[in-house]
Amino acid sequence: MSMTATIPAGTPMAAGANEPRGQRPKPFFTPKKIMLYTVLVFFSLYYLFPLYVMLTTSLKTMPEIRFGNIFALPTAPSFDAWFKAWSSACTGLTCNGLAPGFWNSVKITIPSTIVSIFIAAVNGYALVNWRFKGSEIFFSILIFGSFIPYQVMLYPLVMITRELGIFGSLQAVILIHTIFGMPILTLLFRNYFASLPQELFKAARVDGAGFWRIFFEIMLPMSLPIFVVALILQITGIWNDFLFGVVFAGNVNYPMTVQLNNIVNSAQGTPEYNVNMAATVLTGLVPLTVYFVSGKWFVRGVAAGAVKG
Amino acid sequence: MADTAAPLAMGAERVDRPGLLQRIFLHNVPAKIAALPMVATVLVVFVGCVAWTIYYSFTNSKLLPTGKFVGFDQYERLFATSRWNVSVWNLIAYGSMSLVFTLVIGFILAVLIDQKIRFESAFRTIMLYPFALSFIVTGLVWQWIMNPTLGLQGTLRGLGWTGFTFDWIANPRMVLFALLIAGLWHGTGFCMVLMLAGLRGVDEEVWKAARIDGIPTWRTYVSIVIPMMRGVLVTAVVIIGSGIVRLYDLVVALTNGGPGISSEVPAKYVFNYMFSGGNIGQGLAGATMMLLTVLIIMIPWAYLEFGGKGRRT
Repeated sequence: MSMTATIPAGTPMAAGANEPRGQRPKPFFTPKKIMLYTVLVFFSLYYLFPLYVMLTTSLKTMPEIRFGNIFALPTAPSFDAWFKAWSSACTGLTCNGLAPGFWNSVKITIPSTIVSIFIAAVNGYALVNWRFKGSEIFFSILIFGSFIPYQVMLYPLVMITRELGIFGSLQAVILIHTIFGMPILTLLFRNYFASLPQELFKAARVDGAGFWRIFFEIMLPMSLPIFVVALILQITGIWNDFLFGVVFAGNVNYPMTVQLNNIVNSAQGTPEYNVNMAATVLTGLVPLTVYFVSGKWFVRGVAAGAVKG
Repeated sequence: MADTAAPLAMGAERVDRPGLLQRIFLHNVPAKIAALPMVATVLVVFVGCVAWTIYYSFTNSKLLPTGKFVGFDQYERLFATSRWNVSVWNLIAYGSMSLVFTLVIGFILAVLIDQKIRFESAFRTIMLYPFALSFIVTGLVWQWIMNPTLGLQGTLRGLGWTGFTFDWIANPRMVLFALLIAGLWHGTGFCMVLMLAGLRGVDEEVWKAARIDGIPTWRTYVSIVIPMMRGVLVTAVVIIGSGIVRLYDLVVALTNGGPGISSEVPAKYVFNYMFSGGNIGQGLAGATMMLLTVLIIMIPWAYLEFGGKGRRT
């Protein structure tokens, strides 16, 4: 594990050309540098180890897992466990694998993402450009509300969705995701719209454009970046949700995370660790793909939630 | 704020002196319609549901929330239940360790990343990717790694280190540390990102001045930079803290409260009483206690944000 030695070897790939801070393009092998990279590599191993274990275990056979060791690479990598996890692993009730959960998650994530982002974008726009009496108070409560543990509101929401006749359906989960996505997304859009030049809005007002026209023809075309951030935030957030899925979706609509937990934690018989890990990888695949493809945008999304206006 | 001028001016030109009702219902109508979902969410969910939960936590509701008012009975029973007390104690122990370690590790990593290192973005990517994964995935991976027979312990024993012990997941005295390892794996990258943003927000002039004065680097961090990062730090504490109070999925996936009840947490207690224990009053009382905890964390933050120092918009 001496990656310290390999790092200087990759010198030509000059990364971090971001900001020029201080002045010392000095020798590379100072003790300080060596220590710095050792610590960083040590932490990187901690972060990477589970990913490595997840992947290698999922590609092994059960005997290999039982008699081998957790560090070893699979001798003959096979995707059998992946197929089993996808289509025939048992959850204690049924043996249809993760596939139904995957599609449920898709059916939950897509509408929830679209609805919650649209509502939050309109909210943010109204909060910045069309303030009305009390709008800031509502916004403050919304932000404070985002810190309240979900358990506090869970039971009344069950009763409300039951009254509406949607408890135990996809609509209920979508509604709940829209509600609890609202604080962070509204904050995001509000801050973004506030950063746009107000002259644009005023000019449109003078020309006689109304609320919706300005929103669709001026604000939306300018807010692609924040939409990307919101999209990343919502797709990963909703995909990873467990609590709302388990409470509101109903047995047939359980999202992938709930299915995964059922496969691993409530299946009877001898546990098949390769199948379990394959199922875990499969469930993590969507957010991981979003993460690696979006790169900097994910960081922006994560930080945007924390840096308040 | 300058931007309020436009809608206000518009209102003034339409009706000379609008009455109160007119102001509420007729002025700026499309914006109010557009904000309806937000207003409804605030009133129904964040005010209504919370008030409902607090009110019914004082009733003797069992299977249905129809009970009559019984004062603090539910709370007395709550704190007489060993499972709740274990949960609370776990939350305090896990929460304080998690908060401190997340902040310290997050800060150290941010400082290291901030040293103009090579492969900065690669390191950042590696540290943050667990945050993109769900707590369920996190819990299950670590459950497998910490599996006493086939995981890390079994492997290292098999390799000849027979005395090696890493059975925290099955050991009631150590299970919170197992939770901690998984929790830190998931959340420290996020804290690092916050801290890094804070560090890079510190003016370069500050560093120059400190260097000219001959102040050692660590001293500059401790006495100058950290105090300057107060805003970021407080935000981090509030976000991490309210996340800890909510801790649920990770426990369900990693230990499901076990062994025995040694890794139970309040969120799980509340959930179980509401949805499978058939004792709603207990669940609601527990939920109200969780709310109280969050308020205690948030009051200093709210004070910093809205009281005293004037806001930073």
